[in-house]
Amino acid sequence: MEVKTLKKEESKTGTSIRVSGAEAVIHCLLAEGIDTVYGYPGGAIMPIYDELFKFKDELHHVLTRHEQGAAHAAQGYARVSGKVGVAMATSGPGATNLVTGIADAQIDSTPLVCITGQVARHLLGSDAFQETDIVGISTPVTKWNYQITHASEIPEVIAKAFYIARSGRPGPVLIDITKNAQFEEFDFKYQKCTAIRSYTAKPTISQLKIEEAAEAINNAKKPMIVWGQGIILGKAEAELKAFVEKTGIPAAWTILGASALPNTHPLNVGMVGMHGNYGPNILTNECDVLIALGMRFDDRVTGDLSTYAKQAKVLHFEIDPAEINKNVHADVPVLGDVKESLEAILPLLKENKHEAWHNEFKEKYKIEFDKVIKNDLQPEKEGLTMGEVIEQINIASKHEAVIVSDVGQHQMIACRYAKFNTSKSNITSGGLGTMGFALPAAIGAKMGAPKREVVAVIGDGGYQMTIQELGTIFQTGVPVKIVVLNNEFLGMVRQWQQLFFDKRYASTEMTNPDFIKIAEGYHIQAKKVTKREDLATAVEEMMASPDAYFLEVQVEKEDNVFPMIPTGASVSDVRLS
Amino acid sequence: MEENKTYTISVYSENNVGLLNRISGIFLKRHINIESLNVSKSEIDHVSKFTIVVHTTEDWARKIVGQIEKQIEVIKAYYHTNEETIFQESALFKIASNLLFDERQIQNIIKDNHSEIVTVSPEFFVISKSGRREEIEEMYEQLKPYGIMQFVRSGRISVSKSEMQISNILKEFQYQ
Repeated sequence: MEVKTLKKEESKTGTSIRVSGAEAVIHCLLAEGIDTVYGYPGGAIMPIYDELFKFKDELHHVLTRHEQGAAHAAQGYARVSGKVGVAMATSGPGATNLVTGIADAQIDSTPLVCITGQVARHLLGSDAFQETDIVGISTPVTKWNYQITHASEIPEVIAKAFYIARSGRPGPVLIDITKNAQFEEFDFKYQKCTAIRSYTAKPTISQLKIEEAAEAINNAKKPMIVWGQGIILGKAEAELKAFVEKTGIPAAWTILGASALPNTHPLNVGMVGMHGNYGPNILTNECDVLIALGMRFDDRVTGDLSTYAKQAKVLHFEIDPAEINKNVHADVPVLGDVKESLEAILPLLKENKHEAWHNEFKEKYKIEFDKVIKNDLQPEKEGLTMGEVIEQINIASKHEAVIVSDVGQHQMIACRYAKFNTSKSNITSGGLGTMGFALPAAIGAKMGAPKREVVAVIGDGGYQMTIQELGTIFQTGVPVKIVVLNNEFLGMVRQWQQLFFDKRYASTEMTNPDFIKIAEGYHIQAKKVTKREDLATAVEEMMASPDAYFLEVQVEKEDNVFPMIPTGASVSDVRLS
Repeated sequence: MEENKTYTISVYSENNVGLLNRISGIFLKRHINIESLNVSKSEIDHVSKFTIVVHTTEDWARKIVGQIEKQIEVIKAYYHTNEETIFQESALFKIASNLLFDERQIQNIIKDNHSEIVTVSPEFFVISKSGRREEIEEMYEQLKPYGIMQFVRSGRISVSKSEMQISNILKEFQYQ
């Protein structure tokens, strides 16, 4: 890579010293403000691990029990802290094990820098031991990747990696470093990267589009906001709040947008999408102006595109030009950083209340409450529901916990019923739907926000995909709270089998081990709840524990998650049962 | 349904290892076949140009260009219809040398098609022809009865009738 493509800014650490490539990697990470890395050693990355040993007071390395766990932990760390997560692995299987986490970070726009060891340059392409083409493999799921074969490339490439990972629409970057480059010595000097000529991190905001959008909003009779993770990634929570409060527009959120505005805010009308709230789904097809803020119209949000918000004028505030008109036509595309766009539009907006329109959301909520929410949160049947467990966590945490959910029914229930006061509190695998995400992500989340309570909510299926990370919790003593909602089924797949495959429960019933014994094997305090009367105390006890804690709740085996928009159906056809 | 058309996608990029893989992956992910692909230097020093021909809808062409432009090392990408570009392909025909003397018609074919002889050896000679796909196909059909030892045709190369403002983008970067 040539210097001319980078714009340089002198860093405070920019004095030249003679070091090995491996040591240079550590200096780069420290210069980027990294304090924690997640990883797993192996042959091709041993020189870097040797340096990690020497720098253990400056840089905390967390040994996960599998490289996938390292990637997810780095994601959890990044998502709660807003910083770049770093994961490391050796070549071959170490690198390929990272791929699921990288793909998850790519689709959920999580800033990661993954560093993999690679066989020495002279062995490349020779099918050497633990050689794999990780640059080729990771290309479709990285924002950028690069193979370093000479130590002298390390500072520039790593500087570029961090800049790319965190700027614009964030994403994962993979840097593959051959073993010879880790051993080679060179004159090290670090300069942060601040621009790349072929890459525009933030498109320039068009004042004309801001004015067009403002006019549409001011003239709207039934406007509706759907915000996404862009608000959180763009640190635009305060601007969102000011925007909704001035305009009085009902605001709904996508799964990854959760927590950007407190759930208790009177203008927060709930979640959109497949298992979102009834009102915002139905009323998407009745609003006259749809204001999309930092979201990408995922198919789980829109359902059938040909019947999605066709009556509405769509205003799409978005940082990534490739998202404009990708799924939903934008009548007014407002390209740019959402925080800056909201700042620019706010003075142009008229104050409003939209009371009659709000009442429609309230009426729809009443319907949903009677048909769904009441049964989930105040059940009269004997079996425990997932919803009442989430509600107990809400109560015990006073809406201040970070909830890290896995994938499936419990995830939808957690996102529907968890109450958040603080942004960056809902950590879940949204786009990729990666089972096994939550346990390692919760480890990273707790380390990224040590003062906050972190509760992992996991199903019995997903838990067993990365259950070995209990070892990481035990070894590091990280005080995460783990709640497994056990229905002895792969619940979401079972729900689909019930609804769409005539109850043919193919390979969804689980014969589970004794989870309590497993937790205790890792010296983690553990408790199992099977009765309603024990639930509140158990959750309180878990939350009060200063250490890691495992709580298994035996829930109803065949409960379903509603509302539901069946795949390919319109948001208007959301089912309540 | 929008109709399929031939689109020429022009991509200006940094000259880095792996970018071809990244760009071709965008087509692979969407199950779109690349009709032809050419990579060369461009009018700007150290900037490469990809010329990719696809047969698809305009909607897809636009979305693909969006995804291509999103790649870090891509400076700018465009798509054009045939009418908006000047384009050509090149072909080489390897023919047995004796035919040049035995079959008088071959010399006429070479002349009529405005092609040229690149090299002549005792065993074979090589004809080069540049032009539109149909012109090359036509010449191929004319030569085929006499026996073609080898034939190869390049991917499309093209320039757009309208300006592609790469120099301005790069200049702006310098002054930032």
